[in-house]
Amino acid sequence: MATEVHAHGLGEAYKRKEDARFIRGQGNYVDDVQLPGMLYGDIVRSPYGHALIKNIDISEALKVPGVLAVITGKDLDAAGLAWMPTLSADTEAVLALDRVHYQMQEVAFVVATNRYAAADGVAAVDVDYEPLPVLVDPKKALDPDAPLLRPDKKDKQPTNQIYHWETGEREATEAAFAEAELNGVVVRQEMFIPRIHPAPIETCGCVADFHKATGKLTVWMTSQAPHAHRTLFAIVAGLPEHRIRIISPDIGGGFGNKVPIYPGYVCAVVASITTGKPVKWIEDRTENLSSTGFGRDYHIKAEVAAGKDGNVQALRVHTLADHGAFDAAAQPTKFPAGLFHICTGSYDFKNAFVEVDAVHTNKAPGGIAYRCSFRVTEASYLIERIMDSLAREVGKDPAQLRLQNFIKPEAFPYRSALNWTYDSGDYEAALLLAMKNVDYEGLRREQAEKRVRGELMGIGISSFTEIVGAGPGKHFDIAGIEMFDSCEIRVHPTGKALARIGVQTQGQGHETTFAQIIAAELGMSPDDIDVEHGDTDTAPYGLGTYASRSTPVAGAATALAARKVRDKAKKIAAYLLEVGEEDLEWEPGRFYVKGTPGKGKTIQELAFAAYTNCPPYLEPGLEAVNYYDPPNLTYPFGSYICVVDIDRGTGEVHIRRFMAVDDCGTIINPMVVEGQIHGGLTQGLAPAMYEEISYDEDGNIHGGNFQDYLIPTSMETPHWETDKTCTPSPHHPIGAKGVGESPTVGAPQAIANAVVDALSHVGVRHIDIPITPWKVWNILKEKGLTSD
Amino acid sequence: MIPGTFDYLAAHSVNEAVALLDRHGEGAKVLAGGQSLIPLLRFRLASPTILIDINRIDGLEYLHEMNGTLHIGALTRESELDNSSLIRERYPILFETSTVVADPVVRNWATVGGNIAHADPANDHPATMLAMGARIVAVGPESERILPVEEFFTDVPFETTLRPNELLTEIRVPAPVHGSGGAYLKLERKVGDYAIAGVAAYITLDNNGNVSYAGIGLTNVGQAPIKARDAEQALLGKQLNDAGIHQAADLAAAAAQPLSDTRGPAEYKRDMVRTLTVRALRKALARATGGE
Amino acid sequence: MSTHHISVTINDASYEGDIDSRTLLVHWIRDTLRLTGTHIGCDTTSCGACTILVDGKATKSCTMFAVQADGRQLMTVEGLEQQDKIHPLQEGFHEEHALQCGYCTPGMMMTSLALLQRNPNPTEHEIRVGISGNLCRCTGYVNIVKAIQFAAEKMQAAEEIPVSAG
Repeated sequence: MATEVHAHGLGEAYKRKEDARFIRGQGNYVDDVQLPGMLYGDIVRSPYGHALIKNIDISEALKVPGVLAVITGKDLDAAGLAWMPTLSADTEAVLALDRVHYQMQEVAFVVATNRYAAADGVAAVDVDYEPLPVLVDPKKALDPDAPLLRPDKKDKQPTNQIYHWETGEREATEAAFAEAELNGVVVRQEMFIPRIHPAPIETCGCVADFHKATGKLTVWMTSQAPHAHRTLFAIVAGLPEHRIRIISPDIGGGFGNKVPIYPGYVCAVVASITTGKPVKWIEDRTENLSSTGFGRDYHIKAEVAAGKDGNVQALRVHTLADHGAFDAAAQPTKFPAGLFHICTGSYDFKNAFVEVDAVHTNKAPGGIAYRCSFRVTEASYLIERIMDSLAREVGKDPAQLRLQNFIKPEAFPYRSALNWTYDSGDYEAALLLAMKNVDYEGLRREQAEKRVRGELMGIGISSFTEIVGAGPGKHFDIAGIEMFDSCEIRVHPTGKALARIGVQTQGQGHETTFAQIIAAELGMSPDDIDVEHGDTDTAPYGLGTYASRSTPVAGAATALAARKVRDKAKKIAAYLLEVGEEDLEWEPGRFYVKGTPGKGKTIQELAFAAYTNCPPYLEPGLEAVNYYDPPNLTYPFGSYICVVDIDRGTGEVHIRRFMAVDDCGTIINPMVVEGQIHGGLTQGLAPAMYEEISYDEDGNIHGGNFQDYLIPTSMETPHWETDKTCTPSPHHPIGAKGVGESPTVGAPQAIANAVVDALSHVGVRHIDIPITPWKVWNILKEKGLTSD
Repeated sequence: MIPGTFDYLAAHSVNEAVALLDRHGEGAKVLAGGQSLIPLLRFRLASPTILIDINRIDGLEYLHEMNGTLHIGALTRESELDNSSLIRERYPILFETSTVVADPVVRNWATVGGNIAHADPANDHPATMLAMGARIVAVGPESERILPVEEFFTDVPFETTLRPNELLTEIRVPAPVHGSGGAYLKLERKVGDYAIAGVAAYITLDNNGNVSYAGIGLTNVGQAPIKARDAEQALLGKQLNDAGIHQAADLAAAAAQPLSDTRGPAEYKRDMVRTLTVRALRKALARATGGE
Repeated sequence: MSTHHISVTINDASYEGDIDSRTLLVHWIRDTLRLTGTHIGCDTTSCGACTILVDGKATKSCTMFAVQADGRQLMTVEGLEQQDKIHPLQEGFHEEHALQCGYCTPGMMMTSLALLQRNPNPTEHEIRVGISGNLCRCTGYVNIVKAIQFAAEKMQAAEEIPVSAG
C-alpha cells in the first residue's frame, strides 16, 4: 500500500513552529517551574560501591537553617515505598535500606526551603558505612566466590544472574557452523561495547505538587512517557490515577535518559505529600551521569559461518549483559534484551542463534538507553564489525562482501532467521549511492598509493538495518501497557485545529511534523494546526517517545485521525452540496462534485458547518481520535561510509569524511530529518572515539562528570554529509518509518571499521571502542608503524 | 554543585589585596578568573574562609614589551593573548599556549597569573614559562620579589613558593632575539580537556647556528610542571639537527613522570612527550630560522 | 558568610538584590530574577548552557558569583530581541534549524553574539573554535555553524546600509 506524498505538508522543509519560544529563551523546562511555597530536595549518595549501612545520623542536617526534613529508606519503608518495580521486572531501591549497591546510590532525601540549604543539609548527613567486597567485572559475577549482590531477591534469584535469554535455532545453527568448519569459513570476534550515558544537556528532575484539599498530585517531570509514568505512579504509590497529572513541559533532550522512573521523582512526590507543598528536585550533572539510565555494557562473542566465497550461512552470538545493581533497563517486557536479535542485520542469514546472559554488578542500574532503539545499536555494531572480519578472511572488499549478502529488494517482506519480518528495504541502492558519493574506487586507489608511502588511511562501511516503531500490542508492552499510540484532533468552527498526541518530544519537532501530517491529510496549512502533548490530563494515552517510535506509531494514529476528520467532513460536504458521498472528489483542502469542480466546499467551510449547519443524522462538531496498534515494526536502513587518516606519531584518528545515506521511507520534513541525522551521527561518533563510563576495582566511577565524560564539541565533530533513498513502509498509512536513531545505530561501526581498515594490511581485525589514540598507538608500536 | 559558605571581599588595589592576605592567612584564597577555583568550591574540594576578589584591581591586565622583556599583568585574560597581534606575531609559543587553555568562553575570564599560581600540573602556561625562562613578580606587605619561574613551582601539585601573604602581580618573559623560536604542542582527548601531555620548546641559535639557549617544559606528565634539564643541556652548543632533536626528545621523555589514568597509560604519555618534543623542536627551529 | 547588596544592569534594565557571597550568578539570574532563558547543564564549567555576556564578554554564569557582577552590564538571551524584532542570530537559528530541544540554544547564541562582535566575518573553522565551549547534544553543530554564518551575513549587510540622508 504505497502512499502518495501530498502536495501540502509532507516533504516540506517547514520551519519549526516551536522555535519561537526557544530562540527567545522562553522555553518552559522543569527547572523553570517555580511555585509559591516551593521546597527543594537534594539527595545524599553513597561514596561506596558496595557497603552495609550501619547508621544514618540526620541530626546535624536538621539543624541546618532551611532544612525541614530528611527522608530515609526506613521512612519510605513504612509506606512500602523503599523499593519500587523497574521496567524490567526487577525491583530497585528508592532509598537504600540496609545496604548500598553502587557508588552514588541514593541514601537519603533532604527537603529544604532553598537549593543551597538542601545542599548544606546533604553535606551534614552522616552515614556510617561498612564496606563490602565490590564486584565490577561481570565476567566474575557468576564465580562461586562472587559476593551475592541482591540478597533481597535470593529466593527467586540465588546468584548474580538476572536472566538467560535465547532465540533462534540452536541446532540448525550448530550444524551450519560444523559444515562451515569443514567446507567453508568461520570468523569469530569478541567485542566489548562499554557503558555510555545519554547525557542530554538538561538533567533529570521534577516538581511534585500535591494539593491536600483536592487530593490532586501534579508532577512536572522530565518524562519521555508521561502517561506510562502516571499509571506507574498510580500502581506503585497507590494514588488514584484520575488525580495524578504528569506534565512533561519542554524537555532538554532525552535520548532514553528520561524513560525510567528515578528515586528522586518518588522522593519528591513523597515529600510533597508529606509537607503539602510543591517540592522541586533537579539532579546535577554528576548525579545524572553516575546514577541514571546508562546504555550498552555488552560483552559480545559473535561468530559467522560462511562459504569460502563469503556467502553468509549462520550467525551465532553470545552476550554477557551488565545491568548494574538493578535491572532497570527500559524495554518492552517480553524482550529482556530489547530488539538485539535484529543482529542478522541487512544480510540473508539462513540460520542464527543468540543468547544473552545478564548479571548484576556494583554499578549504576539500567541498560537500555542512548538512542539505541532497544539494543539495536549493539546488534548493528556486532554484525557490521564481523562482516568486515569476514571480508578480510575471504579476501573480499568490504563493500563487495556486503553487496553479495544483502537481502534482495524482491525478498521483502523478509522474514529473518530470528523471526523479524522486515517491511521493506533496498540495501544495495543505499550502499551504491554512498559509494558513488564518496568515489569509493577512487578512495581505494588513494589508500593503496598512501600505503606504499607509509601513510595510514582507512575506509569504513556500515550498512545497517534499524527496527523501530514498537509496536504491535500483542508483543510489545511497557510495564504491561500495550505499545499503541494516539492522536486526537479537534477542528474549531473557524477552521483551525488543535491536535494532541500521546508521544512526547524532547527536541524532535513534533509540534511541526505532526502538524504537517494533519496538514497533508486535510489540505490545511500547518500554521492552522497546533499540536500539544505532554499533559496527561488532556493528551490521549500514549506510550511516549523513545526508540524512534513517534512517527511510526503516533504518526500513523495522526494520519488516521485526520482521515476520520476528513471522512466526516465528506459527509457534511455531501449534505451541503446535496449529492451522494460517492459523487465527491477530494483535492487538498476541499471536496468538490465530480465533473463540476466549481461546486465544492473547503475544509474550513465544512468545519464551520459542523457547528452551524450540521446534518441532522450526524453528531455536531468536527473531531476524531485514533488509537493505533501498529501491525508491525518499521525498518529504516542506510549505508554510511567513513574515511579516516591516522597520525603515526600520536595514534590520533582524524575523520576526513563521513557520508550518511539514510532511508526512512516517506519523509515528513527533510530539514527535521537532516537535523536528526546530524545529531545522531554525533552521538555515534561519541561512543566510537570519546565517551566511556567505567568503574575501577573499588567501585569508583570514572566518567561521572563532563570533564571526564567526553561529549564531542564542534571541533571533534566532522562536517556530516547526508543523502537519502526512499523505500516507503508498506504498512504505514503515510509510508514513514522514523529516523531519529538510525545514525546512532549506524555510525559507530563505520568509524571503527575505518580505523581497522587503515590497519588491516598489517593484520589488525578489531579495536574495541572508544578508539582512543593510545589504543591505536599500541597497535602502531606493536606493528613497527610509529613515526614522528 | 553548590559551594559551602565563605566570606567575600573585593580588593581595589594590590596593597589592599596583600593586606587582606596578610590578615587572613591560610584561610584566604585569591579569586582571579575563578575558572579553576570556583569549580573546586562548587565541589567543596576547597573551603576557604574568605575569598579575596582581585578582579576590581585596575592596572593588572596588560601586555607590553619593553627593554627586552614582555610584561604580562597577572590578571591578563587568556583571551587577550588569543586576540593580541603582538603575541601571535612575536610570541607564537604563548599564543599556542593560551589558545589551548580550556575553551574560548572560559578564556574570557581565566588569567595567565591564575593559570600559573594555581600550580595545577595539568595547566598549560607553566611548561611554556619554564621553557622561556620567565620570571614571576610576587608582591608582599613589605616587599616585592622577582623569582625565576623554576623556583616558583615545587614538586608538590598545587603548591608554589608564593607566600600566603603575597600576590603574583606580573610575569616577565624575555623578548625574542634574533635566531629564537618556540612552540607549544598539547595533545588532548578533546578541546577543553587537560593535556594528555604537553611540550613547550624554546630555542635560540647563535650566529653559527649553534644552540645558545634551550628551554623545554612538560605539561601534565608529573606531580608538577617539569623542566627537562637533561634534554636542554644535550642541545646546547650544537647545531640543531634531527639527530639532536631526537636525542633531546628521548631525554625529555625520560624526564617525564607520568601516571596512568583516563588520559592514557603512563607509557603512552611518555612516548607522546617524545613525539611532541620532536615536533615542538622542529617547529621552534623553523621559527628560529625564519622558516615559519 | 557575608551578604552583599548588588546593583546590576541586565539587558539595559537595572536590578538590585541582597545576596549571599556564595550565590552563583546563574542561580540569581534564574531563580531570583526569573530570567530563565539561561540554563544549567553541568557542574564542571564544561557545557556552556549558562553562557551570558558580562561587560560584553561571553561568560559561563555558573562559574561566577552574583556578587562579582555588581556594577556590571550583563546581557542574557532575553535581551536579544529588541522592540519586537528578533536578532539576526535568533533568525539564523530558526532559518537554519540550528536548534532541536532548545536547551543549549541561549548559551550558544550568546557565545555566537560575542564571537560575531569581535569577528564579524568568521570562517567555518573560526566559528567551530568559537563555539567549542558550548556543547550541543541534538544538532551535531552543522546547522549551528550555518546559523552563525547566516547571522554574520545579515549583520554585515545591516552595517552596510548607509544611514539615510535627510
